[in-house]
Amino acid sequence: MTFAVVVFPGSNCDHDAYHAVKHVLGQQAQFVWHKERSLGSADVVILPGGFSHGDYLRTGAIARFSPVMDAVKEFAAAGRPVLGICNGFQILLECGLLPGAMLRNRDLKFHCEFVHVRVDKTNTPFTSLCTQGQVLKMPIAHGEGNYYAPPDTIASLEESGRVVFRYTTPDGDRLDSANPNGSLNAIAGICSEARNVVGLMPHPERACEAAVGSDDGLVLFQSVVHTLARQGSLQAVGR
Amino acid sequence: MSMIDRAVLDRHGLKPDEYERIVALMGRAPNLTELGLFSVMWSEHCSYKSSRVHLKTLPTEGPRVLQGPGENAGAVDIGDGLAAVFKIESHNHPSFIEPYQGAATGVGGIIRDIFTMGARPIALLDALRFGPLDVARNRRILQGVVSGIGGYGNSIGIPTVGGEVMFDASYNGNPLVNVFCLGVAKRDGLVKGKAGGVGNPIYYVGAKTGRDGIHGATMASAEFDDKSAEKRPAVQVGDPFMEKLLLEACLEVMATDACVGVQDMGAAGLTCATSETGSRGGVGVEIDVARVPQRETGMTPYEIMLSESQERMLLIVKRGREQDVERIFEKWDLHAVEIGRVTDDGWLRIRENGQLVAEVPNRALTDEAPMYTRPIAEPAGRDVLHQIPRALLPVTPKPSDVFARLLESPTIASKRWIYHQYDHMVRTNTIAPAGDTAGVVRIKGTTRALAMSVDGNGRFAALDPRQGARLALAEAARNVACAGAIPIGATNCLNFGNPERPEIMWQFAEAVAGLGDACRALEIPITGGNVSLYNETDGSAILPTPVIGVVGVIDDAANVLTRAFPGAGFDVILFGDNPGELGGSEYLKIVHGLLRGAPPALDLAGERALQALLVSLASNRLIASAHDCAEGGIAVTIAESCFEPHGIGVDIDLPAATSDGGVDRLAATLFGESASRVVVSARPADTAAVLGAAREAGVPARRIGQTGGAVIRIAVDGKIEIACPLEEAEMLWTTSLEKWLASRAA
Repeated sequence: MTFAVVVFPGSNCDHDAYHAVKHVLGQQAQFVWHKERSLGSADVVILPGGFSHGDYLRTGAIARFSPVMDAVKEFAAAGRPVLGICNGFQILLECGLLPGAMLRNRDLKFHCEFVHVRVDKTNTPFTSLCTQGQVLKMPIAHGEGNYYAPPDTIASLEESGRVVFRYTTPDGDRLDSANPNGSLNAIAGICSEARNVVGLMPHPERACEAAVGSDDGLVLFQSVVHTLARQGSLQAVGR
Repeated sequence: MSMIDRAVLDRHGLKPDEYERIVALMGRAPNLTELGLFSVMWSEHCSYKSSRVHLKTLPTEGPRVLQGPGENAGAVDIGDGLAAVFKIESHNHPSFIEPYQGAATGVGGIIRDIFTMGARPIALLDALRFGPLDVARNRRILQGVVSGIGGYGNSIGIPTVGGEVMFDASYNGNPLVNVFCLGVAKRDGLVKGKAGGVGNPIYYVGAKTGRDGIHGATMASAEFDDKSAEKRPAVQVGDPFMEKLLLEACLEVMATDACVGVQDMGAAGLTCATSETGSRGGVGVEIDVARVPQRETGMTPYEIMLSESQERMLLIVKRGREQDVERIFEKWDLHAVEIGRVTDDGWLRIRENGQLVAEVPNRALTDEAPMYTRPIAEPAGRDVLHQIPRALLPVTPKPSDVFARLLESPTIASKRWIYHQYDHMVRTNTIAPAGDTAGVVRIKGTTRALAMSVDGNGRFAALDPRQGARLALAEAARNVACAGAIPIGATNCLNFGNPERPEIMWQFAEAVAGLGDACRALEIPITGGNVSLYNETDGSAILPTPVIGVVGVIDDAANVLTRAFPGAGFDVILFGDNPGELGGSEYLKIVHGLLRGAPPALDLAGERALQALLVSLASNRLIASAHDCAEGGIAVTIAESCFEPHGIGVDIDLPAATSDGGVDRLAATLFGESASRVVVSARPADTAAVLGAAREAGVPARRIGQTGGAVIRIAVDGKIEIACPLEEAEMLWTTSLEKWLASRAA
């Protein structure tokens, strides 16, 4: 299975995603430069963290114009799995693949620390191996991760079960003190209507080995491998 | 001196005798552009004219040293065909004038030094010094500096994995921002800042040149007064995105063999980059400033040559390979411009649209810069300073109260408020928790890890600069050894006052002598560094502050040790004696408001044995945690070992110190800051082996208690002196800084 890691100018977690997929998970990984117009033979697309184009205008605002994004949108429209992590999530918001926007963290400071997020939905390709309510310890590292959307959008996200991850205590309780940035409804990650596009602020690729403090994030990558393998065998059966 | 009179020289920070030297070297009077070149290259900041004579005495060689001082950064062999490339540099003056940009460009500058060598930067550390936090301006400076460091490092994607912060009134008008960066390169892939190959083209790449930072190097070589705010245009503005592009593009170019040499444009900008690469390569350099990309119109050759605009690089490319280089920069949307070529006569020639505007021998700007043996005078009254005036001491408070006050002292308290604003995990190599004794990063593709620490106690150096520097090197190396790493190289950042004052120059000379002494004894070579002088405002100097960065290597990253006790039921063992020294301690400062006494003694042979013992016990997995005793003494060290992430109480019984430290025996026992001491934990089954290994190594060692419960309980000679609920102690320690920084008081 091949993961495409898109590299924008200013991406800085591209190598981390590559390492997690290739050396920890043991799958194929390839970098795709943002000026490319094709994703090659990718089965999964990762938009990694970083500061694309310096994030000088608005986080992710320039990256959505990169040539590769047309291919990413087509890939997503075909129902294939796309994961946006941190800046990658912000790019997904800017390009309209996911709804909402990011405000500056409520204390106006950059936060880098381990947090806990609860998996509220397991019916996405990136959470299929999680258990409902499972709490994952993963780091955040962002200055603008305060998820915001108009009330009707929030309501529709909740009703359609598209809030995939929420900031909670290690026990899975939704306390305000466990919300590091002020996100509405403690939202840490959401998915698209078709559920194949997932964006989250925490960094699962930074939590794939116990040596770096947690391996809870690995399950997201294992999940998509599992999901695609199952789809593959179903297709084989169907044929 | 016709056009160039005394006033012009003053503005350029040049002395009349220096001007005479310039005339002699050139064989004629310089024009204004040429005078500008000399002024920046002969500034203290670039020429090290006051310090060189002393720095030459430092040991810089060793079996692992691949590159010593004189290049953009030093390099040591770490095995697996790899080199660690590292250096520390100050950005003190700009950070006082404009804290955010001053600190940000300090980070940018040191990162460029590392990737200029062909190394990928993988870790940053910062040594910061501020005035007390009850002064609103100091809080603003700290907040600005921390945001600036984060703003640059987070964006470019290099983790800030450690550092240290101390507070003292002497840093009121002169904060210190010393930034350390470490990178990893292939051992045989190191790139030098050297021009070569007559006729080879010289390329300029990166940000455009503007009028920012003109005479920045000269500013960093003068004291501040109340007009310093007017120097704000001399501070540059950083663009981490541009530097990220430069970093990736330059590493890609350097991975080909199309490049002869690379040099970043830092202090003294294009002037330094051209003359240094030329002089290192023994060749000449000719450029046309009209070809230099400019951000502003109407810039003169003088301005272009002296600009310190950030994020610019100079590359000497092999003739015939221009297109290979241009193609890579094109990919990163960077424009590489050929601005000149290498010549054979050793001169720096500057043209504007073909017309010659300046010509100076490269060596005159670099190797021929003045070198001063400045007068030195030991200040009077040192013997009085070394006495602690018992009559002035009020009644010593109870140890439990002192313990609480020390935990919330900003110098000792957790720096969480700071490091949570730094991305310390990007690149997924950080294997020691943030805020630990040393920063530790693993090297992917190998089993190894590197540990690094920056340390320097200005109070010890103020009481005795020689001893202060010895203690700084010993502490940095000890911190690295506490992680289980063998210290293999060091870099220094020497922050002092005005070297033209003999007592300041004495401090400097003494500190360098002490540093050399300790480096030789511990066999840790100095591979480079930086000197920051003139750290004075309105005639009052900072505490002399030698900051030392030490790098160590651990062969098996799985054996890395951290500070925290791993759980309940472990034995706590103290390595080292407890002689009871309180001179220069945080205790004396916080409780009695005094900076007095002699700094702690240091037996370098004993220190070396201790560090070797730690490395061997870590690799044999006989100890489970290790934490160095520093500010606040044994009591604070034990408390810090109890805190996050595990949160374990302890029961400790210490024998009383052998002396009362000139103050009080209990205080000396608990809060004395003697050197060469480490608190470790071990499984009870391993305790005998640990104590045996210590005995064999000649390191004093004693089991002092065990972990467990939820209370920090410390007895002296069987009598409980401190009994503080863990949660309460940890709350004091973790929240102190954020409480201070939330304060709105003037």
